[in-house]
Amino acid sequence: MGIKSDDDDVKDEDVQTQSGFGSCIVIQNLPKAPEEKYEKLMGVVRTIATKLGDVRENGIYMPLDDATKTTKGFAFVEMARKEDADAALSDERFVNGYQLDKNHKLTLCRFDDFDKYAKVPDEYASPEPVAYKQPENLHSWLADKLGRDQYVMRHGDNTVVCYNDGKRSRAEVAYQREYWTESFVQWSPQGTMLATMHRQGMAVWGGPNFTRINRFSHQNVRLIDFSPNEKYILSYTSHEPVNARDSFHVLINVFDVRSGKLLRKFEGPVDEYAVGSSAGPNGALKWPVFKWAGGRDDLYFARLGRGKISIFECPSMALLGKESLKVDGVQDFEWSPVEAVLAAYSAEQGNQPARISLIKIPERTEMRQKNMLNVSDVKLYWHPQGTYLAVKVEAWTKTKKSTVTNFQIFCVKDKDVPLEVFELKNNKERVLNFAWEPKGHRFAVVHGDGPRPNISFFSMRDDKGRLGVRELKMLESRACNVISWSPQGRIIVLAGLKNFNGQLEFFNVDEMETMATAEHFMATDVEWDPTGRYVATVVSHVQQMENGVKMWSFGGRELYSAQRDKLYQFSWRPRMPSLLPPEKEAEIVKNLKQYTKRYDEEDEQLLQQADADVLQERQRALDEWKAYCESRRNYAALQLDFKRELYGPRFAEKEYTIQKVMVEQVVDQKEEPYSTK
Amino acid sequence: MRPYLLKGHERPLTQVKYNREGDLLVSCAKNLQPCLWSAEDGRRIGTYEGHNGAIWTCDITWDSDRLITGSADQTVRIWDLPTGKELFQIRHREPCRAVKLSAGERFLAATSDAFIESPPAIHIYKFAENIEDQTATAAIEWTVPKGRVTRVFWTDCNRKLITSHDGGILRRWDVETGAMLQEQQVHEDAIQDMQMSPDESHVITASLDKTARLVDVDTFEVLKTYKTGRFVQSAAMSPLFDHVLLGGGQDASQVTTTAAQAGGFEARFFHKIFQEEFGRVRGHFGPINTVAFHPSGKSFTTGGEDGYVRLHHMDMDYFTTKFF
Repeated sequence: MGIKSDDDDVKDEDVQTQSGFGSCIVIQNLPKAPEEKYEKLMGVVRTIATKLGDVRENGIYMPLDDATKTTKGFAFVEMARKEDADAALSDERFVNGYQLDKNHKLTLCRFDDFDKYAKVPDEYASPEPVAYKQPENLHSWLADKLGRDQYVMRHGDNTVVCYNDGKRSRAEVAYQREYWTESFVQWSPQGTMLATMHRQGMAVWGGPNFTRINRFSHQNVRLIDFSPNEKYILSYTSHEPVNARDSFHVLINVFDVRSGKLLRKFEGPVDEYAVGSSAGPNGALKWPVFKWAGGRDDLYFARLGRGKISIFECPSMALLGKESLKVDGVQDFEWSPVEAVLAAYSAEQGNQPARISLIKIPERTEMRQKNMLNVSDVKLYWHPQGTYLAVKVEAWTKTKKSTVTNFQIFCVKDKDVPLEVFELKNNKERVLNFAWEPKGHRFAVVHGDGPRPNISFFSMRDDKGRLGVRELKMLESRACNVISWSPQGRIIVLAGLKNFNGQLEFFNVDEMETMATAEHFMATDVEWDPTGRYVATVVSHVQQMENGVKMWSFGGRELYSAQRDKLYQFSWRPRMPSLLPPEKEAEIVKNLKQYTKRYDEEDEQLLQQADADVLQERQRALDEWKAYCESRRNYAALQLDFKRELYGPRFAEKEYTIQKVMVEQVVDQKEEPYSTK
Repeated sequence: MRPYLLKGHERPLTQVKYNREGDLLVSCAKNLQPCLWSAEDGRRIGTYEGHNGAIWTCDITWDSDRLITGSADQTVRIWDLPTGKELFQIRHREPCRAVKLSAGERFLAATSDAFIESPPAIHIYKFAENIEDQTATAAIEWTVPKGRVTRVFWTDCNRKLITSHDGGILRRWDVETGAMLQEQQVHEDAIQDMQMSPDESHVITASLDKTARLVDVDTFEVLKTYKTGRFVQSAAMSPLFDHVLLGGGQDASQVTTTAAQAGGFEARFFHKIFQEEFGRVRGHFGPINTVAFHPSGKSFTTGGEDGYVRLHHMDMDYFTTKFF
């Protein structure tokens, strides 16, 4: 493509064949046949050899032992080209031996190998120790003095990572590079690495200078997924079938991120993988296909199968308990975000009602289950801290003409997992969205049949902490199609994107009042930063014009905006969860005044420094401009003199008086006879 | 500031121009009659009747006695500015996009677009003081390599012409011979408008590549770039402060506009030296096609695709606020 790829410097190891026998392979462990059976055996060997690749004319030599008059048990096969020999040796069917019959397992090797191994020295020479190279600190960005978060933007051919400097209302570029990726970029879930996509596979980058940490080979990779603790990375391709009537073939590779080693492959026709909720439109696959269990370790990952959930454990990558979890008619499942508990929904099957089950892994014990009748659709919503599981159930009415919606809420952290059932005042209304408040006990529901929906807030607990769903407030008729809670809870952004032309409402759920309303014309996305201090609204390249980002404080005050033409992607860098134990966090909140005082002083100093930088830059621009004007002064004077000469007395134009002059203009003149009666 | 809304054209505006003394404003649009307004309060003084096609451009003489207009009806017409009487007509074979009088007004430069077989061309006519002496034959004319000419200016004591073109190119020509002296790709897309600085050493160009640039007249070196997210149709430099004014926008038919956005097309103010935007003036219902500063820098006018001309007189804030 004319663009230097990072993989250009990697060449496959060239096996230098000195002998010129590079295309020759040896088949060993053949049966020792007597002379009469020679032709038959030769035929068998020929069949095997042609299966491996192109064989040269008369290229098969199977020696006969003169003394015993039987074949020696091996044959030399000369392939047409060296590439055929290479292909034969890595052919899947023969790599671990080819079982010809009960007693004979054929093996292949290169003719040159014999020579190579004979040359191995008898004395052991220990390898040279590689000098220790200090790896870079992958968490350097967390130690930013100003406590800023980063985000990545892809615009045009450029990928740029910026610090969000909310205090000084601007962005500071941390790293940028053209043609860094061939399609998109993706942060790892804890923010340590940035993955880029290439024709040969994917690469991950990190550290203060975004040096490459590792790369993974997967030709034409389309999509990737990280495990939540960044131990593993999965990559996905789908291949067109050879036969037009067959279905697409999917290939998913699982790599270890640190070592780059391929741990396991998953292959098969797309029908096996696109089941239930994993199926997209037209039988395509919805990514990610494998869902990871929550928790601080990457222990389990699972996928939907027909009537079962296949759970795999790490690091062995083997099926847990050597058997999939049988769940008849399973349509959808979701892991808890914090532990190895999965919620599975199976659809109605004949006499069996639809049911939701909460299952603990690896024990496979059912913690709770609920049967439901006349179900039309079900959606699962886990609370981000795994405290609750909300299940939105749409059930048919008796007449089967419409649906009513109710919510089954499993209180997972309470003893015996109590179940709360609740419905909206008008249960026939369409429910458009549901969102749990992170780190809290509240949730928001967007509902309504009209063009502008209503948004209702509920709490799971009352003031005394007793369990029970209570309505807090309903906001009527809002120009909103997307709701976004702050990652710290308490504040929610109600956004009207696309059709609603970017209306934004910043709503405080504690006080139940709107903090600010604002607008970002044509906004397509709303993204909170991982700390919940800032909100970014983005106009991406879905819209042709005015691509760019606007940054807001959590209270809805606009801080700065950046225009970037052809903005394809915007993504905040995630932060790993806090390492402080909850007691320490509580202590900091209590003594907040002391801590803020200390940091405010530091901030002041840094801000002053920054202002000085900007002023310096401005002064430089002014000086530069003054110099330019000086250099053109002569030319300008020349033009002026020239004009003065040409216009003569008319040139002196300083004083003038305004004089009102009445101009009469005959517009029309008509002669009309005036008749007298 | 309260703008005066001048409704004189039912079709999109193409150019607005102040006279040298700043008391008059001429507006040209795609309808057939250019209008003459008072720059003080927006009263319409009259219209010029005679053209048969859209008016693309105009120029006004030093003493505001004559108006020259270039039109899509393939004529360049000279008018008596105060009375509206048509004095002379120069016929081309193609529409005329830009006209400009030389310093001293002895010559008039007029462009013509490309036609079926002929490329775009530049014509230089003698501009006679006495209208009886005016001729329609060019003193010199030459063709331009493919790329419609959008604006033309006289420089270097009338020895040279600079032209802006579709495709983002600026060219410099020797007036006596018609030879091209320099060609430079300054923008990535068509240059829609070009205006000269008060001291005539640099120009500001407005382009469909969503930027406006400050370009030196002698070297075509790009001095400053002003970036917006929308097409820039016109740009002007303030004669009073280090401000530049940009007007543009995307055609409404390509953007869904809701009631909230009515009147949402903005003229943008940038600091000339720091290249940073510091203000926007809303009001137009469609993209802004032309902008012009009053010679004093105390007011400005914008003309839009919506057919309205908005005349703004600056508030006290504009003169006292330190924007940077």
